[in-house]
Amino acid sequence: MLARREWIHGWLLLTPALILLFAFTHYPAVTTVWHSFFSTPRGQRPSTFVGLDNYDFLLADSTFWQVLSNNLWYALVTIPVSIALALMMALWVDGKLRGRGFVRMAYFAPTVLPLIAVANIWLFFYTPGFGLIDQVRGLFGLAEVNWLGNPDLVLGSVIVVAIWKEAGFFMIFYLAALQAISPSLREAASIEGAGRWTYFRRVTFPLLMPTTLFVSVNAVINSFRLVDHIFVMTEGGPDNASSLLLFYIYETAFQYWDTAYAATLTVVLLVLLSILAIGQFFLVDRRVHYR
Amino acid sequence: MTHSFDRALNTVGAWVLALVWFLPLIYAIWTAFHPGAYATRFDLLAPLTVENFVNAWNAAPFARYFLNTVMLVTFILIGQFVLCTLAAYAFARYAFPGKSILFTLVLLQLLVMPDILIVENYVTMRRLDLVDTIAAIGLPYIASGFGIFLLRQTFKTVPKELEEAARVEGAGPLTVLWKVYVPLAKPTYLAYGLVSVSHHWNNFLWPLIVTNSVETRPVTVGLSVFSAVDQGIDWSIITAATLMTSGPLLIAFLLFQRQFVQSFMRAGIK
Repeated sequence: MLARREWIHGWLLLTPALILLFAFTHYPAVTTVWHSFFSTPRGQRPSTFVGLDNYDFLLADSTFWQVLSNNLWYALVTIPVSIALALMMALWVDGKLRGRGFVRMAYFAPTVLPLIAVANIWLFFYTPGFGLIDQVRGLFGLAEVNWLGNPDLVLGSVIVVAIWKEAGFFMIFYLAALQAISPSLREAASIEGAGRWTYFRRVTFPLLMPTTLFVSVNAVINSFRLVDHIFVMTEGGPDNASSLLLFYIYETAFQYWDTAYAATLTVVLLVLLSILAIGQFFLVDRRVHYR
Repeated sequence: MTHSFDRALNTVGAWVLALVWFLPLIYAIWTAFHPGAYATRFDLLAPLTVENFVNAWNAAPFARYFLNTVMLVTFILIGQFVLCTLAAYAFARYAFPGKSILFTLVLLQLLVMPDILIVENYVTMRRLDLVDTIAAIGLPYIASGFGIFLLRQTFKTVPKELEEAARVEGAGPLTVLWKVYVPLAKPTYLAYGLVSVSHHWNNFLWPLIVTNSVETRPVTVGLSVFSAVDQGIDWSIITAATLMTSGPLLIAFLLFQRQFVQSFMRAGIK
């Protein structure tokens, strides 16, 4: 009798949150899959069941393959570089350092700025000829470069912005973890005569593994979620050389209004995210425990 | 000897990186406070001006955009606090069938975020006739898996004896929550609040999709419309507008730097 009342109270407390959670996360995730098997309704023609037609189209869509490869490169570079930088920043800021307050603020500042706004500043940096980067290059007598107009350079240019935006954010998590490491470990290590590098490799780094797992899962998600700067800097161009999956989904759904194909692309994104997150979890999780 | 050399090297490295990281901001401030002619010419004696800010402010309805953003952020924050508190309390202190499955479904949102489900959520908003309202921008984010998780972890650290003492005095579940748990979780609320406000102040893609008028657009979308259409390439005005939109957050960050960093740390530890 008492247990029954506890059940009801528990469920009642959960209801408001669960309604919204199901309405805007679980329900759309399911309908995305469902709609990927239908055609896009156009004018008089209603949506009809087309089986795997959208997926056939996907496999033959060269833009999709390019965007997918862009996004994988984007993730492959952004994730390790921003995590390595974050760890380095955290070690610096955690140690004895002159002007630590300013350095920490400088690292962290990009995190609080809107990506869409800082993209404007970076756009200016990259301007051929009189942008800051070309001006500095000019001092060394180097030629102008069209950073965002050249298909070979544009992806790298937007990757730099993503790293700049994210490293400071990840630094915070490492900083928190570093401050939780007992100082007696360092004393013990120095009595044993361990150098700083050995100490880092044998003590600090393994102890930071859970943080690395947390940060890298976040980094994976962000590398598919953060596309704001693409809108300002390149709009996916030139020739889709800097288009990312979520940006392509946006274009397909809200500029070409092909919602069924956009749903199909979203399914790909969801599958990709799940595989990466789960895989990463097992990969890193094992090292967390056994080393 | 090598040790002090090592230290010096590290200090230099840390500072160089810090300056590189800060450069875009310094550059933006330089451009925004000088006349257009000095946007790409670095002359320490260049005259200072606030004209760029005035021009940007007058060129687009930024006051309205700010109002929209403030309303949006407030709406989301209050909604998240209320709903996540209730749900977190249930997960932390109640036993009921389906609890672990439901909790897994909540955590799933950390992976499958509303940010990605833009196509279907737009359909839902159209069906609810909410397109182009501030509610539509905020609703998908209110039941936050992250918030529920964070508060649940905090509530679990509250000693059960405190709850039992309150129950003996005849307090109901909501009174206990309000009088015992919420006050003890204040630092978590502050941390989560700062993270949430800065996240939604900066959010762009979903608001871009679901709004299409001046009355609902938040500053981020307003800024993108402004810099895409009106200005051509008048960089001074665009950077002024850029600084303006990030201004309140940036000033708050500079003033409460310690709390900001600690809040993000606290939010991440769990």
